[in-house]
Amino acid sequence: MNIESSAIFNLPFITVVVLIGIGLYALMFKRNLIKIVIGITLIESGVNLFLISLGYRKGCYAPIYTNAPTTAMVFPIPQALTLTSIVIGFAVTALMLSFAVLIYKNYGTINAVKTRRLKG
Amino acid sequence: MFENLVMHLPILIIVIPLFGAFAIYLFGKVSDKARNIFAFILLGVTEFLVLVLGKDIYTNGLRVYTLGATSAEMTTPANYIMPVRIILVVDALSIFMGIITVTIAFLIFIFSLKSMKEYSGTDKYYTLMFLLLAGIIGIEFTGDLFNLFVFLEIATIAGAALVAFFTHKAESAEAAFKYVVIGSLSALLVLFAVALFYGQYDALNIGYLGNVMEHSFLDKIAFGVLLTAFAMKAGSVPMHMWKPDAYGEAPGPVAAMLVTASLASMYALLRVCFTLYGRGLNTEVIGWIIAVLGLLSIFVGVSMALIQNNFGRLIGYTAVAEVGFILLAVGVGFAEFSSTGFGFIALQAGLFHILNDALDLGLLFLVSGAVLHATGKRNLNELGGLARNMKYTCIFFILGLCAVAGLPPMNGFASKLMIYESVYQFNPVFSIIAILASIFMLAVFVKVLYSVFLGPELKEFSSVKEVPASMLLVMGVIAVLIIVIGLCPDIFVNWVINPAARALIDYGIYRGMI
Amino acid sequence: MIPMSKIVRTITNILYVFIIGFGFYVIIHGHLTPGGGFQGGAVVASAFALLAVAYGRKKIVNLLNKEHLSVAEVSGLLAFICLAFLGLGTVFFFNFLAVGRSIPIFSNTPAGINPGDLNTAGIMPLMNIAVGVEVLSALGVIILTMFLGFKEGKEK
Repeated sequence: MNIESSAIFNLPFITVVVLIGIGLYALMFKRNLIKIVIGITLIESGVNLFLISLGYRKGCYAPIYTNAPTTAMVFPIPQALTLTSIVIGFAVTALMLSFAVLIYKNYGTINAVKTRRLKG
Repeated sequence: MFENLVMHLPILIIVIPLFGAFAIYLFGKVSDKARNIFAFILLGVTEFLVLVLGKDIYTNGLRVYTLGATSAEMTTPANYIMPVRIILVVDALSIFMGIITVTIAFLIFIFSLKSMKEYSGTDKYYTLMFLLLAGIIGIEFTGDLFNLFVFLEIATIAGAALVAFFTHKAESAEAAFKYVVIGSLSALLVLFAVALFYGQYDALNIGYLGNVMEHSFLDKIAFGVLLTAFAMKAGSVPMHMWKPDAYGEAPGPVAAMLVTASLASMYALLRVCFTLYGRGLNTEVIGWIIAVLGLLSIFVGVSMALIQNNFGRLIGYTAVAEVGFILLAVGVGFAEFSSTGFGFIALQAGLFHILNDALDLGLLFLVSGAVLHATGKRNLNELGGLARNMKYTCIFFILGLCAVAGLPPMNGFASKLMIYESVYQFNPVFSIIAILASIFMLAVFVKVLYSVFLGPELKEFSSVKEVPASMLLVMGVIAVLIIVIGLCPDIFVNWVINPAARALIDYGIYRGMI
Repeated sequence: MIPMSKIVRTITNILYVFIIGFGFYVIIHGHLTPGGGFQGGAVVASAFALLAVAYGRKKIVNLLNKEHLSVAEVSGLLAFICLAFLGLGTVFFFNFLAVGRSIPIFSNTPAGINPGDLNTAGIMPLMNIAVGVEVLSALGVIILTMFLGFKEGKEK
């Protein structure tokens, strides 16, 4: 992989670790159901950023053949993988939010501690 | 001509349920009966195709299918150095799990024709069941890691939407929320591992990655992440909390299908451990870790099942214990990694237990669904004395009880005996704990039998009738299968399980086809 | 949800046509420029969201019908799978329009750097249109369901 190993070019990967860390913290320690959904979305954004930043080649252009300046292009496969992952993430977020709406309609609150009726 | 059709079978078995899921929605707008007949025909065709493919693979070896190339086996076109495009690889283990999945889905569909009739929203129920089936078969037939992630997410989303089927109850939405959070977290961990592999090797096919892998430090991290993700989705001990909730709140047929989904995640773990990594890892240490995880799952599952009041939650904790048995056997098999000796018998026992687990837990969940259909209750404290009115359901429950606890002549006894014997030669303490857990499981289910079926008759259940004939027929077919597999286990082990286990140990065949 | 003021509704009347037009542009040119089925469908669904917010819950049921959108979603998916089935003579998902050159729909295949021509790339524009229709209907159904599920606020 043609990525320089100086500090500034590792910035995408540092951001990935920070995003996944904040997402895991929000998922495990927060009480509001919407904040748990936001935690999952943050983890998914972190992993998508990790996938995209693996395709970079130094000094190359976007992989589109229409009026391209040269044929040296970045790898297009991670972009296809990330697009699929974004679509799946959107579907999961829509499903989780509709479950949160159902829980609110039945319980009257979206606090994860107060809605825990399944115990033991 | 016949060879031409068989060549296309791997993709047809995935796509026909996917096509059927959406065509059923359009048929459902016309009439209910047309939809039921159409769905029955589609599932029957899929069952026939998977049996034909099974016979072909057991005689001829594995099959490769490339989507979009100029011929089905051209994985690497001319002047290319590595395989491209989405590739499906079906070998003996994949078709073994595929036959289990499609057969159970077919039987569950016939069961839910009558059992789901009184609820509204059955259109969406059938669409989601077919989507779940397509997702599970996709996990079992694919040869590509990213495709595994996509089908894993499809199965998670469809399964979570089915768990929340009873939208008037609040607990269903809570159980479905937990299921989708854990399922999507595990799928994102798989995607993280996929990114680690792509960054190093530029390829994602399982066979090709197995050949070029150099077992660097990042690969060991990727293995840890994949093991966590698949153990989470299968429901072993650190993250087992979603299992009793989801199985307790889902309708009976849905829970039986979710068991198949967690067994598909177990298949993905087997594929990653044996074919992707092979002997490059330190198989002793990893095998010990998997076996200890299995032992903890057995212990936690059985001890929590002793104190439950809800019928579905109790069977859910039993499912955690059964996954523990499979993990224990597979861990011992991986630690030895040879095609002779007790390690191979442990691996065969694990695969045999996957088959028996799907059948036994399926029967128990269908009995629970039948009781819910007849009486409308799930709490063990409120049920009682049902054996007078529901004779056949009680007989099927006794058969399922003996199968899960491991009593002869059921199939549970055959696979558990293999597990006890092979694990005893690995470490005697593990085997003793497993035998004790089986005894406890028998105690748990005898308690359930007494409180649901035996005992004095209650006034509010005097008008309860037996469930309709189609539901009894499905439970009877599964019970007959349980007894047949239990009476002649060596035929099954030698002809069906042995090729699958040998396909795992000789991973060079899988890697050489790409 | 109460409808918004007259200024917002007037601008929405003019603007939603352009948003839907841009969405379909992104869907159809998916094989030449960045975009494609999912992205264009999401743009069209944002036009639906704009209409829903500007007009309020009483008038939006006259404009967007949930049953029609559901049928459109399922038809888009079935069209996608049927297009994949048509290549089954060779393999599934085979691009039979780009290689065979016998059916003159979307059948040019230029190679290398070119000023993009819409008439290229085989079955990919057709699959983009199928996916675009499916995504816009699915997102429309989700937006309508969540919008109409709100409790009544204080209507003035």
